[in-house]
Amino acid sequence: MHRYIPNTEADVKLMLESMGAKSIEDLFQDIPKELRLNRELNLGESLSEMELAKHMKDLSGKNKSLDDLVCFLGAGAYDHYIPSIVKHLAFRSEFYTAYTPYQPEISQGTLQVIFEYQTMMCSLTGMEATNASMYDGATACAEAATMAVENTKRKSIIVSKTVHPEVRKVLKSYMKLRKVEVIEADMAEGVTDIDHLKTLVGKNTAAVIIQNPNFFGIIEDLSSVEKITHENKGLFINYVDPISLGILKTPGELGADIVVGEGQSLGNHLNYGGPYLGFLATTSKLLRKMPGRIAGQSEDVDGNRAFVLTLQAREQHIRRYRASSNICSNQGLNAVMATIYLITMGKKGLREVAKQSIQKSHYAMQQITKSSSFKPLFNKPFFKEFAVTSEADSSKVNQELLKQGILGGYELGKDYPEMKNGLLLCVTEKRTKEEIDKLAQVMEVI
Amino acid sequence: MQKYNKLIFEVSKEGRTAYSLPKCDVDEAALDQMIPKEFINEEELDLPEVSEVDVVRHFTLLSNKNYGVDTGFYPLGSCTMKYNPKINEDVAALGGFAGIHPYQPQETAQGALQLMYELDKMLAEISGMERVSLQPAAGSHGELAGLMIIKAYHDDRKDYKRTKIIVPDSAHGTNPATVAVANFDMVEVKSDQNGAVDLNSLKEVLSDEIAGLMLTNPSTLGLFEENIKEIADLVHEAGGLLYYDGANMNAILGKSRPGDMGFDVMHFNLHKTFSTPHGGGGPGSGPVGVRSDLVKFLPVPVIEKKEDQYVLDYDRPDSIGKIKAFYGHFGVMVRAYAYILTMGKTGLTEVSEKAVLNANYIMNKLKKHYHLPIDQVCKHEFVLGGLAKSTLEVSTLDVAKRLLDYGYHPPSIYFPLIVEQAIMVEPTETENLQTIDGFIEVMIQIAKEADENPQILKNAPYDTPVRRIDEVKAARNPILKWKRSE
Repeated sequence: MHRYIPNTEADVKLMLESMGAKSIEDLFQDIPKELRLNRELNLGESLSEMELAKHMKDLSGKNKSLDDLVCFLGAGAYDHYIPSIVKHLAFRSEFYTAYTPYQPEISQGTLQVIFEYQTMMCSLTGMEATNASMYDGATACAEAATMAVENTKRKSIIVSKTVHPEVRKVLKSYMKLRKVEVIEADMAEGVTDIDHLKTLVGKNTAAVIIQNPNFFGIIEDLSSVEKITHENKGLFINYVDPISLGILKTPGELGADIVVGEGQSLGNHLNYGGPYLGFLATTSKLLRKMPGRIAGQSEDVDGNRAFVLTLQAREQHIRRYRASSNICSNQGLNAVMATIYLITMGKKGLREVAKQSIQKSHYAMQQITKSSSFKPLFNKPFFKEFAVTSEADSSKVNQELLKQGILGGYELGKDYPEMKNGLLLCVTEKRTKEEIDKLAQVMEVI
Repeated sequence: MQKYNKLIFEVSKEGRTAYSLPKCDVDEAALDQMIPKEFINEEELDLPEVSEVDVVRHFTLLSNKNYGVDTGFYPLGSCTMKYNPKINEDVAALGGFAGIHPYQPQETAQGALQLMYELDKMLAEISGMERVSLQPAAGSHGELAGLMIIKAYHDDRKDYKRTKIIVPDSAHGTNPATVAVANFDMVEVKSDQNGAVDLNSLKEVLSDEIAGLMLTNPSTLGLFEENIKEIADLVHEAGGLLYYDGANMNAILGKSRPGDMGFDVMHFNLHKTFSTPHGGGGPGSGPVGVRSDLVKFLPVPVIEKKEDQYVLDYDRPDSIGKIKAFYGHFGVMVRAYAYILTMGKTGLTEVSEKAVLNANYIMNKLKKHYHLPIDQVCKHEFVLGGLAKSTLEVSTLDVAKRLLDYGYHPPSIYFPLIVEQAIMVEPTETENLQTIDGFIEVMIQIAKEADENPQILKNAPYDTPVRRIDEVKAARNPILKWKRSE
């Protein structure tokens, strides 16, 4: 008897009798003998809860976590503070043990949270519509590119080299399927090279994708990109960090047609890379081309306000082979966490997080480059991340930092060979002056 | 409490706060010295202003309007709504799992990499596949990865004319949608009267243009595809590959393995078979498994063990590439891994035995009252075709809505498409006999009501936080976000 499987031998006997079967084995006679696994699975014996807890604790203890390390690593996954109530509320089991809200009468909790999520994501991005979230930022970006291809009937996507390398890789894997070419626009001094971009954008361009703040943390000047893109009737896709929207102009105001990004920094733990949530927001004009679930407001037969999944005619389970995306799920629970986070931080808190990140990252940059050993890779306005370089091998720098209990930066040389000793550091509101000073001290003597 | 009907924006009041941050302790510079003015949003953010208590009450009251597995019986066919063990939530929240950065040095993440390596091996053993990539984010994403692998296989053999994927007409909509997204042409194959793949129809569509066949077994009707070996042989002889949709794996754990049935590529649904919470619509996790000669096509990175170190291997020239940022839904993997260890080899087999027993028990009790199109032993789920005494008046939707009043989550309805008025019941193994009997009783009661007073069903539900909702209105005039009333 297993604790998760309640029916006893007596129950089984009763049940079998009621259907005229002799044994459970009778119920598996339809599987041809030669296809039966006539042996035990080669797995361990069942563990008790205590044994499991110990095993998992031991295994997790083999990792160094943010409990052990002070984190200056970002590059798409961020150590922002998560208020305690996020876990207490999101992990109410009425939320996390529910399925997709296909029976809206008993799913108003999930549906209303999605509606509130949509409202706040629209407001943050300055867009008119958003879906209920997607797998992650990278796949959301690939879905946005697909939207652009479908909408413009063009077969070329231009993406800046300042977009996160993994986002570009995922984009290429997806576009290859559709035989859509992905052209990378060069960078100059840490930002998209506008002159090069101009030579690339043309009648075949379905969309131009720019990350802002870009992979190096630098705030790009989007006005000329927007102009070039729209003059050529392409769509302008922005990949953004939602925390930066606490202080920067909205992509909507800057003329974006589709806004995507990684929502992890909104109340979600790092989780070794997932689950996170991708977001995708767009204009009313493109709403019906948008993939993924959407919640909408309606009313019930008594005239009470009520929410339902809506515009489902766009989705795969209805469109089947005519679908342009096969996504079924959203990152429901992650979106609940993001929603609670945004509400908790609220009007003033999110701005404060963004401001402190700016102050602290600039202080860190100043401290690190004070001595002659490290210098900035670029001289451009940045948000919470910045790149530095030195004579020292970046992996050696990180090893030294690790010895001091510091999780160092992202080694840029992996993706940008020309930045061999480049390190991308991230400073969020969580870092203290003391931690930053220590980082600078350790780096100074390497 | 269930009548709470406020949006957080309506709770908001100027000046309230729910957050607290320490004072900025570094020397502050003027904002416009760091960031040019033209980049700054001068307007206040349009986010709520509420106190911490407001947030707590709001979400608690909203959760009261939700129904989860922890609330009650959830026999939603093809979704495997089994109990989500609490200890798995605890272990996934351990700092050593939840608080690790995807780019931290691999030597500081050996526990995580070991977990992923071992989960890969365990899923391979359970399914009869050679290796498993844990990267796909959900079942649909696993399907996409699987079809990309099938494409890579044929391209690798320079067999470029294979542009078609066969999908049975009983398949879930995701299968054809994935075929479209992967840029294959779809060929639909008919089901026979038992809901199985019709072998003659299959033979007709097989050719040297077929890249593969997508199938779930047990089928979407909950019936084991008895001709699976023959189907596999036919597809293989024609040069195609067999893709297994793991949606229905809860029926066959320790009993039969897709790899032994002849499947070449498959995905798992960790959120179904392996007990990880559905989260109100996600996150899922859809690992993709392959036979040995297809391992080289798996998405990067693959986790390898080199001497005593676990490493992320990106150096795989034949890989289909990167399909997701980082390594997949690690937090979900932790839960599935804990579940497999908890169940162990005999426990997993018992899962399928009891899941199948429960389904057959319910099917037998209900078949007098509801139409059962195919009366034979089912696996973990079965499909009814509406009420036995079919009336034009009462639909499957009405039956489902009436179930809400009795406190049950309804089964899946109107799926699969090949059964009219379909009601798809999947009880899972984690329900006890009393719960199951209670459900059966209510289903019979509803059939009686349909007979005696159909209007009760037409107007149901009565006893839910909101009643039947106007979905047409929602779609015709979409209101997708809250607007401040003028």
